[in-house]
Amino acid sequence: MSAKMIEVRWHGRGGQGAKTAALLFAEAVLATGKYIQAFPEYGPERMGAPVQSFNRISADPITIHSGITNPNYVLILDPSLIESVSVTDGIGTTGKVIVNTSFSADEIARQLDINTSQVYVVNASQIAKETIGKDIPNAPMLGALVKVIGTLDINGVLEDTKSKLMAKFRHKPEVINGNLASIKRAFDEVKN
Amino acid sequence: MIKTVYSKGELVAKTGNEVMAEAMRQIEPDVVAAYPITPATEIVQIFSQFVADGIVKSEYIAVESEHSAMSATIAASAAGARAMTGTSSQGLCLMWEMLYIASGLRLPIVMAEVNRAISAPINIHGDQSDTMGARDSGWIQIYSENSQEAYDNMIQATRIAEKAKLPTMVTTDGFIISHCMEVVELYPDADVKAFVGEYKPERYLLDTKKPYTLGSIDLQDYYFEHRYQLAQAMRDSKDTILKVAKDFEKTFGRRYDLYEKYMLDDAEIAIVVIGSTAGTAKVVVQELREKGIKAGLVKIRVFRPFPADQLAKDLAHVKAVAVMDRADSCSGAYAPLCSDVVSSLFMAGVITPKVVNYVYGLGGREINTGHISDVYKTLGKIASGAEESSTQVEYINVRKK
Repeated sequence: MSAKMIEVRWHGRGGQGAKTAALLFAEAVLATGKYIQAFPEYGPERMGAPVQSFNRISADPITIHSGITNPNYVLILDPSLIESVSVTDGIGTTGKVIVNTSFSADEIARQLDINTSQVYVVNASQIAKETIGKDIPNAPMLGALVKVIGTLDINGVLEDTKSKLMAKFRHKPEVINGNLASIKRAFDEVKN
Repeated sequence: MIKTVYSKGELVAKTGNEVMAEAMRQIEPDVVAAYPITPATEIVQIFSQFVADGIVKSEYIAVESEHSAMSATIAASAAGARAMTGTSSQGLCLMWEMLYIASGLRLPIVMAEVNRAISAPINIHGDQSDTMGARDSGWIQIYSENSQEAYDNMIQATRIAEKAKLPTMVTTDGFIISHCMEVVELYPDADVKAFVGEYKPERYLLDTKKPYTLGSIDLQDYYFEHRYQLAQAMRDSKDTILKVAKDFEKTFGRRYDLYEKYMLDDAEIAIVVIGSTAGTAKVVVQELREKGIKAGLVKIRVFRPFPADQLAKDLAHVKAVAVMDRADSCSGAYAPLCSDVVSSLFMAGVITPKVVNYVYGLGGREINTGHISDVYKTLGKIASGAEESSTQVEYINVRKK
């Protein structure tokens, strides 16, 4: 794997939008001029079951087509997964975990038994409820990821997401504005 | 910043299934008959939406099985229509007897096929057992490493099939490519339509001015000649495939051949592989090259017709070759790709490379750079004489007990 390639793993529950988040993230990153991959893990598909999805992003063409075992970033859409799924698998001492939670990075780090410097927290559910009106944490988590990666252009991501949502929700401008606001807020609020 | 290869191309993020459907929309065949099956469902689902929305004028026949899908496609093609279908795994199995009818009648049907394991045990994930089983059915087989190739291969397949008068299947690895979103460059509709051209069959059943019989009984007197002609058409189709590839390169800028050579010219050790794993192996080849190890790769794109002569020449200088099959033939001997590679070498009088056969990835079993590095490591030992090459099929990442 090229040193410059970034690998991401999303943990969520069926219905929470982990797959959609990976797809949206990939499309948005492509819009900023990078190569991307987005793929879900296909297992039993049912509401509430733990699911994973993945991203690769790189400035160079991506030819690798194996699974991702050592992600640079792990996103946890549902904090209850921490107890049932090995969410820190393969992150080593440098991988970063971004959790949708109201707890502090210190508290989450203790739960995960990793260094606090590897943990970022954002209350994506709260943000989603206040901006979109529903507890759909995937869009704000996308904003948090852009912030933590640090090398991506948030405005490019917002613009692309806006055009994608415009195509889908022409008649519901509140959905578009809500999602964009949630991404921006999580980008601003995610903290270590 | 990523740039397009074609001046009028557009970069999009799409899955293998989405781009195969996109190619079908641009080609806009007269008839599509299909039955959905995981992981190929989306191809015909998206295409049927194009039909329902009036975006294409194609006739979509929702049949009740894959046997009927192939039968309806054959009937449409025989009648003079440009006809396509899509399937996977058990679906392809159910088409079996009709696959041979399509090629025997020399009908230029194009199929979008997504490689998936075959039952039992039931498994929906990617391996190439399905199309490997159809390798002797008289269909041209073109495999794709990624979504870009799937899109480009579909566009080329229509012209290849119609020129060679042979049905043609284009495949992607199930889920690994079919459901992986990647960057793909799409070409404008008009340019694709101009490249594919209008279908003008020489003979067709609805041509009332030139009536003819198709599919009649053919016993000891002429059956053999017709089967000979079919086999000959397959041999001759190599030239057609290369001509279409050349024209494709001239038009859209991407280069295709019967197979891709990657760092092969001075390679001492090499892997021969088909499909998405070639992309993963390229990463390993790069790493080995940085260490000064002369590793190379052959990615078979066209498996039928098999590029025997040329491949033997290109592998002649390699000391140790691993042929990696994502299908097992249960033959008691070797897996399909290995059998063809070895007979190509031997028939051409090339006996220097040591060859090892690996079977990997059945039912979607993970194959990563670590596994492939191990294969190259073994090849290195064989090339240096430190290790004998195995005469058995070797299995990657499997529990034997």
